[in-house]
Amino acid sequence: MTDLITSEPAAMPADWTVRSPHRIKRARAETRFRLYGIVAIGIAVAFLASMLLTIFIGGAGAFTTSKIGLDVTFNEQVIDPSGARDPASFRGVNYRPLITGALAEVFPDVEGRQDTRALYKLISTGAVYQLENMVTENPDIIGTTQRVWVSAGTDTNLYLAGKIDPDMPQELRQLTERETGWIETLKSAGHVKTDINTSFFTNGDSREPEQAGILGALMGSFFSLIVCFVIAFPLGVLTAVYLEEFARKNRLTDFIEVNINNLAAVPSIVFGLLGLAIFLNVFNLPRSTPLVGGMVLALMTLPTIIIASRAALRAVPPSVREAAYGLGASKVQTTFHHTVPLAMPGMLTGTIIGMAQALGETAPLLMIGMVAFIVDVPTSVVDTATSLPVQIFLWADNPEIGFREMTSAAIIVLLIFLVLMNLLAVILRKKLERRW
Amino acid sequence: MDALTDTYMTDTTQEKPADMIMTARNVDVFYGKKQAINNVSLDIPKGSITALIGPSGCGKSTFLRCLNRMNDRIDICKVSGDIRYAGQDIYAPKVDPVALRARIGMVFQKPNPFPKSIFENVAYGPKIHGLATSKSDMADRVETALKQAGLFDEVSDRLDEPGTSLSGGQQQRLCIARAIAVQPDVILMDEPCSALDPIATAVVEELMDSMRDDYTIAIVTHSMQQAARISQKTAFFHLGELIEYGDTTQIFTNPKETRTQSYISGRIG
Ligand SMILES: Nc1ncnc2c1ncn2[C@@H]1O[C@H](COP(=O)(O)OP(=O)(O)O)[C@@H](O)[C@H]1O
Ligand SMILES: [Mg+2]
Repeated sequence: MTDLITSEPAAMPADWTVRSPHRIKRARAETRFRLYGIVAIGIAVAFLASMLLTIFIGGAGAFTTSKIGLDVTFNEQVIDPSGARDPASFRGVNYRPLITGALAEVFPDVEGRQDTRALYKLISTGAVYQLENMVTENPDIIGTTQRVWVSAGTDTNLYLAGKIDPDMPQELRQLTERETGWIETLKSAGHVKTDINTSFFTNGDSREPEQAGILGALMGSFFSLIVCFVIAFPLGVLTAVYLEEFARKNRLTDFIEVNINNLAAVPSIVFGLLGLAIFLNVFNLPRSTPLVGGMVLALMTLPTIIIASRAALRAVPPSVREAAYGLGASKVQTTFHHTVPLAMPGMLTGTIIGMAQALGETAPLLMIGMVAFIVDVPTSVVDTATSLPVQIFLWADNPEIGFREMTSAAIIVLLIFLVLMNLLAVILRKKLERRW
Repeated sequence: MDALTDTYMTDTTQEKPADMIMTARNVDVFYGKKQAINNVSLDIPKGSITALIGPSGCGKSTFLRCLNRMNDRIDICKVSGDIRYAGQDIYAPKVDPVALRARIGMVFQKPNPFPKSIFENVAYGPKIHGLATSKSDMADRVETALKQAGLFDEVSDRLDEPGTSLSGGQQQRLCIARAIAVQPDVILMDEPCSALDPIATAVVEELMDSMRDDYTIAIVTHSMQQAARISQKTAFFHLGELIEYGDTTQIFTNPKETRTQSYISGRIG
């Protein structure tokens, strides 16, 4: 042995060297394969990036809006002719003359019914409600003159955002040459500013793009997901625990298992039909509400949760169960003291992924009527509502140009929530696993 | 059968049959259609270490797991015959296997502490059986069990650290402490040292020897040296049958069966 070590090393066999034909062939195959991989990933990333880019470019505009500054005189004659200052009477007053009056200050030479109406169209129809709210909140402003920044009208907004092509023939354009001239006048007189579009985050849907907001759909989605979670999580986890830990393996459980797996592959619109037939027509639950929407989404999410939870339970090492049984723990004790807590991170991850799927689901909600035009922001699970993806569908379907960027903006909001939910799944899993 | 009758006869000259804490008569075990144990009869004397040896796959674990009904958990496993603990048929319909396992504890081949703290590992048994009367009583029980398992000095300052952070040998002693904390009469050990290094094995063997006064131990081992070192009784299994059972010294110095002879001299297995 010692001889071998001290003696000169023998010449290396030819097929050991890096230059051997085998090794060169192998290296080439490896390089080629790595290249395929990089190309595939590159294509996928390019698609994703271009999709996100178009959505973000298209939607960015919806987060800002143009405001028109008007010096409104809160004329007592118009608002409160009796002088009683009864707050109830401020509602239902026609505030339009205040706006036309303020506009007349800026454009003294615009006269006649038709022209004043055209001028008034530059301002959002929601402006009167803004004035109404101001007066109701603070009746003291009656009789004073204030600079009020009101939302610009739909077309004004488009024009100020550069979305109206000035080279288009006048008949096809939303705004005439004269109207764009008015806007330019307002602009040069400092009556125009760009602002964050708060109404996008605080309003429900509207016929007017500048007044339409995402909050209604967001709350609809939120309430639906709450209902979905409350139903699907306990049901799914308990089903998984029963099938995995308690049920005997026989024909019946095999049959159930196959059907749960099939259920996961059923198109979601079928669940919507089921919801329509059972929850609405048989149980007469309120139509178009997050309650029913959440129940339908729960049906849809259930198979995902069951399958993920079973996988999580199966991943718990059998030695843990043996240890508990060996100490004289009962089946229920073993399951709920040891197996389920150890499987919980996996169960939660599966649930959140299922819920994220549910958040993006549209078809089943169409079937149960969560597709209506709803202005009010829902405040409970039994208020009529839409959901984020349905809102996107509705806005995408709207021919008005102003809704185009609203659609993209809503998609951005939906994507942000999806990313947040997946992030939550990752954090939760990390946190629960880090315990030991 | 001969061997058994023989040992039984020789035993009665020294010990009364009442000292047999567990008795098995004509035990057959089937996994589905496959027979894993064939007509085994064997008595385990109280306060001693009984070793089950034999080539792998001969049914040692299967037989051991019959003694505290751990095999109930396997759907296809069918046990017949008569197995008694303290004179009671443990397979009688009115016997609760959960309560039985509190009397007959088990330690497994691979150390399997719960992924909880060292304290919680030991406290779990007393907790589910309602043994502790107060928090301090529980702490006492945990300490006593850890001391009996010879682990207390090593872990006393880190009882709230996870049991899985200990070394393999310490984990196995933690599992023994966990079994002791329930105060069983019998502890079944299925190759408890097979995953341990020789030094940890020596520590566990010493521990088993010291436990003999308070507990009856039945241990499966693939190491004949281990059986010779620690046990008073040895049973040799082969192909699901009990070939020979007797005093360890007799089995290792003067086996009656040729198959036992071949196995301990290394010709089978
Ligand atoms: N859960 C089981 N299902 C089916 N067969 C089993 C099972 N456990 C053990 N067996 C079979 O029973 C026989 C005895 O196994 P075992 O008791 O584990 O042997 P040993 O512990 O002596 O190595 C083996 O042939 C094994 O294949
Ligand atoms: Mg074994």
